[in-house]
Amino acid sequence: MIAYALTFGFAAFGLALALNLWRLIKGPGVTDRILALDTMVINVIGVIVLGGIANGSGTSFEAALLLAMVGFVGTVAYAKFLLRGDIIE
Amino acid sequence: MIGGASVAEAIVSLLIVLGGGFALVGSWGLVRLPSLMERLHAPTKATTLGLGAVLAASVVYFQLLQGTWTTHELLISAFLFLTAPISANMIAKVHLHRLQLKEPTEQAGPAGEPAPPSPAANWATHVAPHRGTPGDFEGD
Repeated sequence: MIAYALTFGFAAFGLALALNLWRLIKGPGVTDRILALDTMVINVIGVIVLGGIANGSGTSFEAALLLAMVGFVGTVAYAKFLLRGDIIE
Repeated sequence: MIGGASVAEAIVSLLIVLGGGFALVGSWGLVRLPSLMERLHAPTKATTLGLGAVLAASVVYFQLLQGTWTTHELLISAFLFLTAPISANMIAKVHLHRLQLKEPTEQAGPAGEPAPPSPAANWATHVAPHRGTPGDFEGD
């Protein structure tokens, strides 16, 4: 039963990533692209966690945690740069 | 034949399906909704909730079916629940700032165009306090 659920989960997160990529390419504004990248990072964390369940190993969670942190810092850095013209003042 | 293992399997499967569904709804909203302020709403709620369900599925899977206790997942979900509103707020600020600058690619949301910035201070881009603006520390 978990195998079927995992297949559905991978398909849902993959389709979600494709939709985010569409928004990333289409735009129309810079803010839409930042939002699409932020959502893509969240969906990639989901794929990594599902991969950890599928493999039955806990080794990929450090990657997911790092991605969560780096994704947040990246989003805030983009926003700060557009607001202030500088990231660390 | 309903044992503890099959109940655990059912819980894990339900949480994975729920998480995938929420993530899909959030990303579909990102594509479907007409303006940025509405688009901001979909991924920051639905996708974060979906990821929370998948992380809970991972905790239950490793605890009930593998017998090992993991808390990395709760750390990730706590971190995401703290940071998702902050990044959404930053993106909304950038959007309002660029609307006030009349960038042609930014479309206003259902609330319409924001008010023009006051000459003294602009809340979206924090201006260092100077005489005569709120927060100038004179007479405090």
